[in-house]
Amino acid sequence: MTNEALKDFIVTCAPGATFTESKQMVVAIIPQNDFFTLVKKLKESATTAFDFLVSLTGVDFNPSLGVVYHLESSELKHIVCLKTSTDDRINPILDSITSLYPAAELQEREVFDLFGVRFNNHPDMRRLFLDDEWVGYPLRKDYVDTVNIIDLIK
Amino acid sequence: MVDADITEKKDTVEEYLINMGPQHPSTHGVLRLVVNLRGEIVKDLKPHCGYIHRGIEKMAERNTYTQIIHLTDRLDYLSAHMNNEAVCLLVEGALEVEVPERAKYIRTIISELSRLASHQLWWCVMGMDLGALTTFFYGLRDREHILDIFEENCGGRLIQSYNCPGGVMYDIKPTFQQKVKECLAYFKTKLPEYEDLLSGNVIFQQRTKNTGLITKEEAIAYGMTGPSGRGSGFSCDVRKKNPYSAYDKVTFNEILRTEGDSLARYKVRMDEMRESMSIIEQLIDNIPEGDFAAKMKPIIKLPVGEYYQRVEACRGEFGVYVESRGEKNPYRIKFRSPNFANLSALDYMSRGEKIADLVAIMSSLDLVIPDIDR
Repeated sequence: MTNEALKDFIVTCAPGATFTESKQMVVAIIPQNDFFTLVKKLKESATTAFDFLVSLTGVDFNPSLGVVYHLESSELKHIVCLKTSTDDRINPILDSITSLYPAAELQEREVFDLFGVRFNNHPDMRRLFLDDEWVGYPLRKDYVDTVNIIDLIK
Repeated sequence: MVDADITEKKDTVEEYLINMGPQHPSTHGVLRLVVNLRGEIVKDLKPHCGYIHRGIEKMAERNTYTQIIHLTDRLDYLSAHMNNEAVCLLVEGALEVEVPERAKYIRTIISELSRLASHQLWWCVMGMDLGALTTFFYGLRDREHILDIFEENCGGRLIQSYNCPGGVMYDIKPTFQQKVKECLAYFKTKLPEYEDLLSGNVIFQQRTKNTGLITKEEAIAYGMTGPSGRGSGFSCDVRKKNPYSAYDKVTFNEILRTEGDSLARYKVRMDEMRESMSIIEQLIDNIPEGDFAAKMKPIIKLPVGEYYQRVEACRGEFGVYVESRGEKNPYRIKFRSPNFANLSALDYMSRGEKIADLVAIMSSLDLVIPDIDR
């Protein structure tokens, strides 16, 4: 599918989608409410057939917290990048895509561990790398830890 | 008449949780698995990660791109050169720098030598996990030849940091080509010995055939790439899909098998060793003259935007995602680690298998734990 056709498909399913310029692939910013239905359609529709979740990345967009998904189709060989975010930093919640891509289960746990973003309908929402008693979310930009992080540039 | 003592026949098979790791000879690193067993059959297992979590992604946010290359070495240390190459290719693609042909050839030859060394280590450890200790010594002995070449040319046996944005750090030594050819000639006599020793062994085949089954659709759903995914028929070789460096100048086969069991993954890696040798042979005599690196500015700043670069590491697709806001440090860098995706499929693959087969499945997946934890 060409980039233009893919953009049209995305806008049809998620009317609030916006696009950013990127030379490599289509990058779409999707509002949180339409996200799960869009991904479901991208996976199940025969014209797009995105069955391979390449990477799931948590990002602190400052001031919002979000996730960047890279999806690829093993048959049709195209790749798309989707971003979604939430402005709530106290209790950020997004929708999980584990029911569509089992690969997302551990990845979403990592995003929760490092950014604090919870995912609805996740089978096992708990920290992955850090202790259960750890306070704070290290990869956020406002994370302060004077014990473990040595700041040489003062 | 004796009254027979009729006792109810109780089901004596117990269910229990056992803990494998983090210190365990066959988990290949610090991975802890909590396995739910019914007798000897695995019902499910949960991996506990984080024993070697070093916060590399957070560290990288305060490092320059050239310093990040040294961090990527320590992720999947058996494909250190390919990890370095991914970051370099990302920087070069973003700045639209043309890498000289000589550097591309050198990078590809060293990548394929890394792949060969990594698969040799995988083979020797797979045999050892299943009890065949001899394979351990054979594999490590033969791998030393490749590590000697790395030490002489790149400065490090396991962790090279030989790539830099624009090319490679220094030129190859004059003896490089001859040593690589000798090494390949030597290994060609040894690979049939490996097949004789392990592949045809009846016990090995019975422990790996039809265990750890995963279909192609499930492999794609779990994101299993690399030789593990190709053992189920998922055609995911980045060298074929998005060729980089000198891979568009060589012809090689992508090894695919459809059975999806541990033996298929084993055979894929054995054949990949032959393909690696064939790629090196096609390139080793034709290294073009020229510069070994393009001139780059001392401070590298990527234009604002986001970039994704993928390479075929020894265990699957290694990806680097960078969001840059114009500084000399990345705003966010993420390493898409192949072992992380392969680990998420371990639970699915091992349900219903015996615990001894779980060891065979884990070694056929070839996990390297620092890559999972980053």
